[in-house]
Amino acid sequence: RKKLIATLRGKPWPMRKKLPTLRESQVFVEKYEGALGKGRGRRLYAYKVMMRKKWMKFQRDFENFKTACIPWEMKIKEIESHFGSSVASYFLFLRWMYGINMILFSLTFGLVMVPEALMARPYGSIPRKTVPREEQANAMDFAGYAKYSVLFYGYYNNQRAIGWLKFRMPLSYFLVGVGTVAYSYMVVIRTMARNAKEDGGGDDTSFNFSWKIFTSWDYLIGNTETADNKFASITTSFKEAIVEEQESRKDDNIHLTRFLRVLANFLVLCCLAGSGYLIYFVVRRSQKFALEGLDNYGWWERNEVNMVMSLLGMFCPMLFDVISTLENYHPRIALQWQLGRIFALFLGNLYTFIIALMDQINLKRAEEEKVKFNMTIWQANLYNGTLPENSTAIPIMVDPADVPRGPCWETMVGQEFVRLIISDTMTTYITLLIGDFLRAVLVRFLNHCWCWDLEYGFPSYSEFDVSGNVLGLIFNQGMIWMGAFYAPCLPALNLLRLHVSMYLQCWAVMCCNVPQERVFKASGSNNFYMAMLLVILFLSTLPAIYTIVSIPPSFDCGPFSGKSRMFDVIQETLETDFPAWFGKVFSYASNPGLVLPFLLLMVLAIYYLHSTSKTYKHANLELKKKLQAINFISVYLVNAILFSKTQHLSNWLLASSSICILFYSHSLCCLSPGQPSIVCSSLLYSKVNCPATLLLAVRANGYQCNLVLGVRLQQLSSTVITLRDYVFFFFQLLPLGVATADHLPPSCPIHCLLYFDTNHLHVHLHYIHKPSLRSTSSPSTRQLHL
Amino acid sequence: MGATASKLPKDQLSEYQVTNLTGYIYLIELFSRAHKRFNELLEREDRQQIGGSRVPMNKILTLPELKSNPFRRRICQVFSTSDLRDGSLSFEDFLDLLSAFSDSATLEIKSHYAFRIFDFDDDGTLDTGDLEKLVNCLTGEMDNTRLTSEEMKQLINNILEESDIDKDGTVNLSEFQHVISRSPDFVSSFKIVL
Repeated sequence: RKKLIATLRGKPWPMRKKLPTLRESQVFVEKYEGALGKGRGRRLYAYKVMMRKKWMKFQRDFENFKTACIPWEMKIKEIESHFGSSVASYFLFLRWMYGINMILFSLTFGLVMVPEALMARPYGSIPRKTVPREEQANAMDFAGYAKYSVLFYGYYNNQRAIGWLKFRMPLSYFLVGVGTVAYSYMVVIRTMARNAKEDGGGDDTSFNFSWKIFTSWDYLIGNTETADNKFASITTSFKEAIVEEQESRKDDNIHLTRFLRVLANFLVLCCLAGSGYLIYFVVRRSQKFALEGLDNYGWWERNEVNMVMSLLGMFCPMLFDVISTLENYHPRIALQWQLGRIFALFLGNLYTFIIALMDQINLKRAEEEKVKFNMTIWQANLYNGTLPENSTAIPIMVDPADVPRGPCWETMVGQEFVRLIISDTMTTYITLLIGDFLRAVLVRFLNHCWCWDLEYGFPSYSEFDVSGNVLGLIFNQGMIWMGAFYAPCLPALNLLRLHVSMYLQCWAVMCCNVPQERVFKASGSNNFYMAMLLVILFLSTLPAIYTIVSIPPSFDCGPFSGKSRMFDVIQETLETDFPAWFGKVFSYASNPGLVLPFLLLMVLAIYYLHSTSKTYKHANLELKKKLQAINFISVYLVNAILFSKTQHLSNWLLASSSICILFYSHSLCCLSPGQPSIVCSSLLYSKVNCPATLLLAVRANGYQCNLVLGVRLQQLSSTVITLRDYVFFFFQLLPLGVATADHLPPSCPIHCLLYFDTNHLHVHLHYIHKPSLRSTSSPSTRQLHL
Repeated sequence: MGATASKLPKDQLSEYQVTNLTGYIYLIELFSRAHKRFNELLEREDRQQIGGSRVPMNKILTLPELKSNPFRRRICQVFSTSDLRDGSLSFEDFLDLLSAFSDSATLEIKSHYAFRIFDFDDDGTLDTGDLEKLVNCLTGEMDNTRLTSEEMKQLINNILEESDIDKDGTVNLSEFQHVISRSPDFVSSFKIVL
């Protein structure tokens, strides 16, 4: 009863049936539950029951609370009703990203920025925390003071433990950096796994037509314009699919098509190479400007790199679109190519940017030696050469702003990323406003006084470009992942950006966009976008990992200054903070002799899992074939089981059922409907206790008649000796649903079973009424037993 | 005019929650909305006893959520428990409808009801006639959007080839559920939000 109550939701019964059942079950449960706890321990039992009820109620309330807390739910539902599920999927993705960034922000803010701001030495106390004297003149703008604050790497002191909590700052910085990456991996992979599970577990078959007809209508559509569009798109997709299915591959002009496609790919490669080179060139130029001092140049020169990257990101996809008209692909394939090319574009740009940045890093590191030398001279000058060299110097009070500073490449990297993200954001918003809003305003108001109809003709209202926006979001996140180690402020910035994006884009979509004409399935691409996110995550953490592992940190800034490599902080912590045996365990664990076997084990595990999944797929196919025979087999087995009171017949079951499966699949392959034909097969098994069987199938006039005649040979079991023959006769009449509308077959197969058992002749006549939904699902049989 | 959810006693509400699929707070909200909308559709004199009265089908079809749906008549007929088979819905039927189309309904429930909606002649299977009517509903009312009869035949053949596993020429409930369970966007598209 309790189980019934719990599963009542999942049953497709009408309310009229559910409510009385519920009431009945509840009364029953209450009546008997108390009785269970009679005697000793009754109070305890009643208490447990009460606690369980309270717990369930609490859980339910908590679920409701959680559902009510989901942000932007109503907005997204509104968009869904107007534009369908594919546009809404972008906003769901945006919201999911917002959630991830919230966690990243809380990690960096809570564990890195706040401790440094509260517990470490304040601004102005040590040289790295102060704006140097020469920069103080133009430090009034945001960039100047921000550079010397918790927002960037350079501010952090390398003191091992700060404040009264003895908070290990460098360790925390390092671990938060690693933790953000690990958390992102975990979340992305978990979402991919969940999506894959919902997709039905990797079955290869796709029911294109059936899905089109059963699932293409979006029930959320509530307005007529969208509905009309949807009708049109469904019709087009039907027609297209039919034509595709019918059309044999037209092979003429395949050479021309191939040539055009090669040409198009070549053009695209040229574009990509060109854009890569442009970025490299621009970065080099900006280095030159930096050397000559940025004051001489205007705004464009200062922000050249970022503007160029954003502009390329805006115009190249349009170019790719034009080029792809040469290729003449099916729209879905063309979309995939387009997405792939945009992906390559963004990736190429990002990596060129990073390579150029590496050059700058190397420059700064070369500078370090010079600066170190200069500092020793400066210190000597400070003491005016009054002290001998090997005595300790009396500290002289020097204003921290006056101390010469070493170059800090990490802060520079952080700054570059922040500037890139800001310019990217600005470009996106400006494109949105101009491309969508201004265009819509122009079309709406100029339509009265223009020669052709603007709304249907050339500009018209824009559609929401789901894939372009999703890609932009993914790449933005990639940049965040890349730069978050060097600029802890990046997750915060991204959070703000996503928040504003959400509102701005929701408004823009409802105000300026029209529903798409060509509606693509949203969710087929769901795992595709997750996969891209995973690839971007991997590729963007690569440069950061490379710099951590191979480049020594600057000597004068950041929490790792003074160490030879950034990850030495782990070593240091292990040595000083943990007991000795811990360090020994770790050193054993990182021994190559242990790591290699572990890697080998993982490779073997992957191989094993892969082969089991192949086995499962194969088993799936086999089951499918069996499913085809189930119509026949279940009936047969029902009959056979009825007589298996005698153990002799139970041996039949296994043998004969397998025969019948074989027979059924065999007959399905050979017989064509509508023509009378006979299949007669005689199988003789060599196994013990298996009979010889004669199978006969006749198909005519929309009916199929199966005859199974089995003669049991001698049974070799020692317990029962019988030389009696069991004559077995099985007759089945199955109507076939031949697709002629006027000749509808009745849905009642007839089975007749004749069976000899010692002294009796059993005749069973079965008439099976095909289950309809109104009745219960088991077939009803009427028997005649002589 | 505004009927409020407080007219229903609290234990009845919680009963509805167990049988229904929406969360409690949403339930109260949904209830009051559903109540209000249902009330609006009822005639004035029937408003007092919301439990027993039924709203005729043509009134239900004026709901904006159902107005543009090509299956609106079938939906009404499927969820209606009236003996006259006229497609009229009582409040409980209305709740059933919302519950089946809600976010938290399981795939099993949705596919069950979808099957019933698509089964135009109510015989428990989707045969050629049903599929033809289905395609005609989906391609809209206008003549220029309809498929020709060869296209229709081809389409139906393809569908049966894909979904009819036991090759009896019709799609029964289990075959339908098998196809639907593989579809990635059935659950998200088979949704109505009030």
